Order: sequence, then C-alpha cells, then structure tokens
Amino acid sequence: MELVRAHILVCGGTGCTSSGSKAVQEALHRELKKQGLDKEVKIVETGCHGFCEQGPLVIVYPEGTFYCQVQVEDIPELVEEHLLKGRILQRLLFTEPLTQERVPHYKEIDFYRKQRRLVLRNCGYIDPEKIDEYIARDGYVALAKVLGEMTPEDVIEEIKASGLRGRGGAGFPTGLKWGFAAQAPGEKKYVVCNADEGDPGAFMDRSILEGDPHCVLEGMLIGAYAIGSDEGYIYARAEYPLAIKRLKIALAQARELGLMGDNILGTDFCFDLHIKEGAGAFVCGEETALMASIEGQRGMPRSRPPFPANSGLWGKPTNINNVETWANVANIIRNGAKWYGQFGTEKSKGTKVFALTGKVKNTGLVEVPMGIPMREIIYEIGDGILGDKKFKAVQIGGPSGGCLSEGQLDLAVDYESLGSAGAIMGSGGLVVMDEETCMVDVAKFFLDFTRAESCGKCTPCREGIQRMREMLQDFSEGKGSLEDLDKLERLAQTIKDTALCGLGQTAPNPVLTTLRYFRDEYEAHIRDKRCPAGVCRALLTYYIVPELCRGCTACARVCPTGAITGKVKEPHVIDPEKCIKCGACMEACRFDSIILK
Amino acid sequence: MCACNHQLTPDSEYARLEELLKEYKDQRGALIPVLQQAQEIFGYLPEPVLKRIAESFRLPLSRVYGVTTFYAQFHLKPRGRHVIRVCQGTACHVRGSARILDRVQRELGIESGGTTEDLRFTIEPVACLGACGLAPVMMIDDNTHGRLTVDMIPKILDMYE
Repeated sequence: MELVRAHILVCGGTGCTSSGSKAVQEALHRELKKQGLDKEVKIVETGCHGFCEQGPLVIVYPEGTFYCQVQVEDIPELVEEHLLKGRILQRLLFTEPLTQERVPHYKEIDFYRKQRRLVLRNCGYIDPEKIDEYIARDGYVALAKVLGEMTPEDVIEEIKASGLRGRGGAGFPTGLKWGFAAQAPGEKKYVVCNADEGDPGAFMDRSILEGDPHCVLEGMLIGAYAIGSDEGYIYARAEYPLAIKRLKIALAQARELGLMGDNILGTDFCFDLHIKEGAGAFVCGEETALMASIEGQRGMPRSRPPFPANSGLWGKPTNINNVETWANVANIIRNGAKWYGQFGTEKSKGTKVFALTGKVKNTGLVEVPMGIPMREIIYEIGDGILGDKKFKAVQIGGPSGGCLSEGQLDLAVDYESLGSAGAIMGSGGLVVMDEETCMVDVAKFFLDFTRAESCGKCTPCREGIQRMREMLQDFSEGKGSLEDLDKLERLAQTIKDTALCGLGQTAPNPVLTTLRYFRDEYEAHIRDKRCPAGVCRALLTYYIVPELCRGCTACARVCPTGAITGKVKEPHVIDPEKCIKCGACMEACRFDSIILK
Repeated sequence: MCACNHQLTPDSEYARLEELLKEYKDQRGALIPVLQQAQEIFGYLPEPVLKRIAESFRLPLSRVYGVTTFYAQFHLKPRGRHVIRVCQGTACHVRGSARILDRVQRELGIESGGTTEDLRFTIEPVACLGACGLAPVMMIDDNTHGRLTVDMIPKILDMYE
C-alpha cells in the first residue's frame, strides 16, 4: 500500500462539477507533478460535501483545511503555500459572514457545526468509487454482524426498536414494513430501492448515491436478509447519470468481494441486485407505479390493498424503501437501536437530510436531528435570507408539501408537527422564499408540475388539478371573486380526500397551505388587482423613471418587440401595448431606472 | 460520426436493434430498457422501430406506443444535436428560471419542447436537474451551466455548434 503525507479531497458532486471542479482537479494533478509532489500527495475525488453554494470545494487532509470557490488559477499558489511551505492559504478559506472571520477547518463552520451527519458521514469523505475506502470506514461490518450473529427476526426487531421511519415522504415505520413482507407467504420476495427522486428542489438521494453508494447496497442486503429475499431492484432516475454510474461500479466491486451474489460471506444467504433506469415520470416515485414501471408498463398507480408487502412486483411480496431510508440501516445495525434513539424526538427518531435551497445564503445539503426548529435550519445553518431581504415562506416537501409562513418558523421539524401544520416531511426539499416571491405564483408553479405529472388514471387528480390551476390563473390576472377562494379550498379538500394515490392526495397541499397562511396575498390579487411581491405579470407594468433614465439606449436595444423608444441621452418610454413584460430591459438598465408598477 | 470511418447507415442501425432485441429476449420487464437503448441508437423512436419492438416482444403496438408516450424520456420525433434543459425546479423558479427559459426561447425562436429547423437545438422541459445549489441552472447535453443570468445565454448557446 502506498503511503502519502497528505490527501487532497476534491468534491465531485454535481454542484461542484458544474462550478468547474473537474478542471480544478486536473490543474492539481499538473501542479503536483510539476512540483514533484505527486508521489507524496494523493488526490481523491469525493461525492458531495453539501456546501454547493461555495463550490468547487477542496479539502486538504490530515489538517482538514477547507478551501472554497477554488479556481484553476488558484492552484499553483495553493500547492506552493499549503503543500510545499505548510502554510494555510488564507484567502481561499471560508469567511463566516457574521464575524468576518476566516475559518480553516470545516467542522468549525456554522453550516457544518449545527449538523449531525450520520447518513452523510461518508459523503465527501471517501472516494465513492473505491469499496476499500467504504470498508475502512466500517463498511459492511453491519452486514457481517447480521449474517454472523442475528436472525432475520432480530434484525426486524432492531429496526423496529430504532424507530426508523420511511424517509420518502409518508414516514411509515420501516421495521413494521419489513415485518409485513417477512410474514407474507411466498418463496420469492423482492426488495426495491426507490431512487426516483423527482421532487423539484430535492437532491439528497442523488448525493447519497453519488457520494456513498455502498451504504445503500449494504442497507438493502440487510433488508433482504431480514425479509428473506434473494433479488432486488434499484429504480433510479435516468436524469442522474453519475449516480447510476457509481451504483454500477459499487455493485461490481461488491460482487467481486463476495458481498453480493451467491453465498455472501460464506453463508447460505444469496442476494443480487438489478439497476433499472426510470424514463422520466414523477408518478413513478409512488410505490405501485414504480413497480409497474419495473415490469415494463406505463407507470400508473393501482389501489391498495393489496399492499406491496403481500402482492408487489410480479405479484410477489415486495418491500420498497427510499434511498435515505436504506442508507440509515447499516448505521443502526452497527451501533444499535439505542444509539440511534438518542437523535431526534420521541416519535421521529434519527436525522433527516434536507436540500436547503432558494433565497437562502448557504444553499446545500444539510443533515439535522429530527425536531430541530425550522428557524435554526434557515438562520443558523442557512445563514439567513439572501441579500438580507425579508423572509416570507419556506416550502417543505416539494409538490406534495406545503408553504409555511413566519408564524411557523419555530415549529419543530418532525413528522407530526409538519403534518399538523398542513405540510409534510416529504423527501426533504426546503425551498426558502423571500418577499419577492408571490405565493399565488408558487401555488400555480406546483400545480403546473403536478398537472403535467398526473398519470390521468383517476378523475379527482386529472380534472381537479386542472380546475384548481385555472382558478389560480384567474387570480394571478386579478380575476375572480373572494368567494372563489372558498370554492378553491373546497375543491382542494375534495381532491385530497378522493384521489387514488399519493400524488393526487397531496397535490392540493401547496394550495391549501398558501390559502391558510397567505390568504391576504390572494385577496390582494383579487380585490386590489395587485401582486404584492411584484411577480404576476398581468398585474404589473414596466415603467421608466424619467428622472433616472440617462438615455443610454441599452434597454431599447435589448427589447425584443421594439416597445421602447427615445432619443440618445434623453429619457426613454415603454409602450405598454407592445410590451410583453419579458424584463429584458430591466436587466439591461445600468441605472435602475426601470421599475415595475 | 465515429472515428473508424465507417458510415452508420440505417441498415447498421437496424442491425444493432436486432442485436439489442436478441439480448433482451425472454427477459421480464425489458420493454423500457429496450426502448431506452433503441432511442440511443436512432436518436428518437420512429414508427418502424416501435413496430419491430412490438413484434419482437409479441405485444400489441398500442401497448408499446402507450409506454412510449407515458414517459417524458421517449421521443417520437427527431431531435436537435444539442438538447437544452432549462431547470424548472422550485429553487430555480424562485431564482428567476422563467426569464432564463424565455430568453433561450427567444434566442432560438422556438418554444419549449420544440426543435430548431437546422436540428441544432431542442429545448426539453425538465422538472428539476437536482443542482438546486446553483440555481438557476440549465443543462446543455451533459454540461451543467449554473448561476445563470439572462445576458449569459447567447454566449453559452454559441458554444454549441
């Protein structure tokens, strides 16, 4: 084994890759070679570190020095200072916005300090394409423990005792679910990993698969042993090519070491996995639709019962969990249910990974103990609202979830509290919205999504969402009456009560919660013909303030419809008849003289 | 065009389809992977290909067509050399992705879902690219372009011929 004096971890997650981490990595290789350090310093491409906002991220071990927004031009200096002279390159460190202090170690950054990274413990720390690095972090120890010392019943009891609940949205107790599948009569049983992460604004499953694929495989192996299954499927979104590639590598490596396949670790336990690529349908995140899709059919849900635990894939007993749920399993088995129970609240145990995005300063992937107040996530980990604007709402749980207002900021983030507030935990998207976000527009946005993704099988979802969407369109144009708000609420409730599957039953949540917490904003649209946030275009006009306009003609040049006229060095005017309200002029203006009225 | 200098005639495309069908013969749940790989071969799924797949799986064409039209990934019409996906996810939406899409549409003179006449670009609707930390984001082919502003669009499009 080669010995090196330092490791340079370069983030290879999707966020950092699009910020240019590949080029940074190549520059590092070149520079190390040039300085003759390539034998003593090793570069490791890791999965996502979570702090996507600050990418590309580079961490140097053994010190754990955290460099952010590293560019190719920085590399020669970084190598010379840190690796040759042993000095920290101050200017690339993260600056804590509150104190303006430069923080050398990532564990000391507020963004990480408040987190509890259990599921993500290896993400950004190991090379996800090397099974040895996973094993060095106690990987597959839980599998060995299960096969060596535990009966399937023991495993199920342990998971039950841990209080782990499904992380895909509904929060059903995982141990109970396994128990049903284990008890179901039948020789052939399947386990399935739902990696069809389709919620817009959520990417935690992607990051787990890209950063630590083996922990998902190990969880599935343990689950398969517990319920008596010898075959499994991972159903992954085709939009996640890197995740699929790393899963395939992980699977091949596990097979090679005898951790997957026949007679695993020399026991009678046999299990193998297939990877199925989804073909782009949000509804396939619903378990019965997902199974239909694996079977090669249109991904349409069917009514339950029978539940998949009794009649699932090809009519056989099947246990489906999502990526994050599977990723919790090995940790629980290795450390015990009691250890796991110390995190979270009485009814919501453990941690939850959230994708913190939107108008918040620190965007990225965060893992926090259940029960943490929403305020802490947004203001301490997320460091507050972008541009120090005013917080308006946080959307949790994607198209199935709800929008919470300032009044709910101190709500504990767990299954029960969120449910009572009309939202759901969902898969874990947290989108922060500020005063410039219009809640009618947000509700419209989510219905656009669910309307397009509705499979069309049941009427409440197919027709109901369409009608709700039409009403919202009217409101956003200042049409409709205040009574229509009650009508919309009744319709939303009816859809919730009568739709066939989870998609339809939860699609009204964005409408219901915005009506509940932001009714005044709906009323402003209808009664005052005004969009307080300045978003709904039909209610706005672009206007050039003559006193501010210098007549530079920049706006007239970008206007696609020729709506702007005026002489050079004289104030310009917008013709509202021709204006299509695209906003191009506003972006082109360097003097802030174009406003929305 | 591949470097080995033999032209990919339609014949060899169909030969590859036959190989594919042979590989998946008698496998359960193979329809979707076969459609995915057939689309990789042909670039889209023309009617004769669907007919051949249906025949090979002993399925009615309606069933194959039903599956093809259910999933967003499958295309019945030819597509551009470069596929633009402007993320319409929540995080991108609140950070102004609608204006990004507007600009792309105006630059190319096509609507979302359309293909330019010279087959250079197709704009494909996408719900979320999962790169929310970089919102607003668009993907052209396999490259992700993040932290977009409207005036960056023409330059980015110029990078793709």
